[in-house]
Amino acid sequence: MATVQHTTTIKAGGSEKDYWKDLWLNRQLLWILSKRDISVRYKQTLLGVAWSVLRPLMTMMVMVFVFSYLAKIRSDPGVPFPLTVLGGLTIWTFFSSTFQQISNSILINSNLVSKVYFPRLLMPLSSIAVGFVDFLITFGIYVIMTIFFKHPIGWQIVFLPCFILLTFITSMGFGLFFAVLNVRFRDIGQLIPFLVQVGTYVCPVSYSGRLAHGTWFEKYYNLNPLVGIIDGFRWCLLGDESYFNPQSLYSTAIISFLILILSLVYFRRKEKTFVDHI
Amino acid sequence: MPVIVAEDISKRYIIDHQRKNGPSSLRDIVTDQMDKWFSGKKDNSGFAEKEEFWALRDVNFSIDQGDRIGIVGHNGAGKSTLLKILSRITEPTTGQIKIEGRIASLLEVGTGFHPELTGRENIFLNGAILGMSKNEIKQSFDAIVDFAGVEKFLDTPVKRYSSGMYVRLGFAIAAHLNPEILIVDEVLAVGDTEFQKKCLGKMRDVSESGRTLIFVSHNLTAIQALCNKSFYFEKGRLIEQGETTHIVTTYLSKVSHKMLDKHWDNIENAPGTDQVRVKRFKIFPEYQDDLNHIDVRTPINFQFEFWNLVEGANINLSMHLYTFTGECIFNVGTQSEPFAKGLVSGVCEIPGNFLNDGSYVVSMMIVRDTSTVLYNMEEALVFDVEDYRENVTWYGKWPGYIRPQLNFSIRQTEHVVND
Repeated sequence: MATVQHTTTIKAGGSEKDYWKDLWLNRQLLWILSKRDISVRYKQTLLGVAWSVLRPLMTMMVMVFVFSYLAKIRSDPGVPFPLTVLGGLTIWTFFSSTFQQISNSILINSNLVSKVYFPRLLMPLSSIAVGFVDFLITFGIYVIMTIFFKHPIGWQIVFLPCFILLTFITSMGFGLFFAVLNVRFRDIGQLIPFLVQVGTYVCPVSYSGRLAHGTWFEKYYNLNPLVGIIDGFRWCLLGDESYFNPQSLYSTAIISFLILILSLVYFRRKEKTFVDHI
Repeated sequence: MPVIVAEDISKRYIIDHQRKNGPSSLRDIVTDQMDKWFSGKKDNSGFAEKEEFWALRDVNFSIDQGDRIGIVGHNGAGKSTLLKILSRITEPTTGQIKIEGRIASLLEVGTGFHPELTGRENIFLNGAILGMSKNEIKQSFDAIVDFAGVEKFLDTPVKRYSSGMYVRLGFAIAAHLNPEILIVDEVLAVGDTEFQKKCLGKMRDVSESGRTLIFVSHNLTAIQALCNKSFYFEKGRLIEQGETTHIVTTYLSKVSHKMLDKHWDNIENAPGTDQVRVKRFKIFPEYQDDLNHIDVRTPINFQFEFWNLVEGANINLSMHLYTFTGECIFNVGTQSEPFAKGLVSGVCEIPGNFLNDGSYVVSMMIVRDTSTVLYNMEEALVFDVEDYRENVTWYGKWPGYIRPQLNFSIRQTEHVVND
């Protein structure tokens, strides 16, 4: 029993004041929801966690075959093509899967939304867990591959956490926006997989961003926050041999932060009415 | 000392008549906008489709510590909305409520249970969702398992649980919440009688330990057994509050008796969904035309007619009969059959000499694939059965919810011959 006297005031717009405090008080729930998502992930599957290993490996092989063998695209000099692809895939998959999970988080948990109160931001936050575990596994595979290709990891690796954080911010920014829309319009459910599919080719996942360098559309290309993230992430792993234009990082940082802030504001404004649309 | 003080609580919903069912699609919004632009009118027709609906209006009350409040009223009277506001799921449009103490609400049993997780994992998950800390759950873990009686199945995924076990586990967790204020919605409707008793007992314990209880139910018997004070809601307004016995009597007398025939000629405004729409639900007793006097001997027919809007849908009907105080007497269902688009009609006959005298409430469910409830018409019909007795000399109230005539005979089995 709480010994501290606990007073709540309910009124229109009243949840505003204590929102961030509530979010902090509910951190245990955040942890439990994340754990739920992870432990449920491979229930009743034959291969189980092996999927997290197989998926990136197979995707890498197909990409290498198509882009390097058939389309004859070159990787950056001195960088094995499979590492270019796997490096790109590692961070792209982290982005795309968290983005998708966040976008669906409110709908998936709709039974909770209509029956209990907690800051709704917990749902998108907890849905990141699964993508992050997958990311760690893919990253592990990457490390094994670098040993196989004898490509040493350089000092640039210290910047890796910055890029992971940037990816997180970007996926949260886009994801929150779509999560709100998804509650209102179920069309979004159709749109999201399509966006991810397009993104796989538009972003420099299985090729180096160098291909866009010096072209007339480079400055537009760099507006995509993921260009800076993916090239930068690869640079951390592969060193200076890998192409990375730090200028693209400025747009990444500014756009990602801006989108996150706008999405947060939007989410906070709409979350009170989620229950009416579910 | 009041623990909850509510001042001028109102809650407004905007009903969108065009799309009253399900989420809107982006296309609807876009085409609507296009229409508006191209027709060039600053028309109000778009707004005419929208209607304000006050689910709660100017509600004021104060609840003291240790009070056990029952909330009665018809469907749509605002009971659920009030609970949702108290549990902070939705905010009031106006007014404010001050709550002293930790509040926990149980609007559903087993909220957030994940079917793939085991009983043990779900206890922690559900407990956390209801606002318990990990330590609190650990402390009450054994008590929860014991109360629910699921020791053997703790490590089985709950999707393998029977519905009874599922409900028991759900309630057991909620029962071990230790809030100062507990809000309970209609959860007793589920589970077997023995378990219901256990729940009622637990709720009584909660209130006897000085905590405050708010309980919504259609079951007036349960409310009378449990609550010392009651609120009576009608059309979003709190029209009366006071001693439970007094409120229940008022409620029973004010309730508009008898709904014997409901019909809709126009499919547009008929109740239902985009898959089914109700056309007619009526009661007609055999032998007699006078609906107002159905006596216990009369077989009663229920006719339910609806539009099926989905070609080839597998549909069955399920009818519940309740006493006026909310106890379910029985539930009957038809076979599931595929139907073409168009009108479908079902008839159910309750034989004569089966129901007792009293008021009964009927609700009808349209079910697809024997699993999905397409539409549930709650409290659809209300009818009275009148007493008729012959060859008896006793005219007191016949006990029981039903009064069937069964084969029950007596005969002499031995003669004692006295010389």
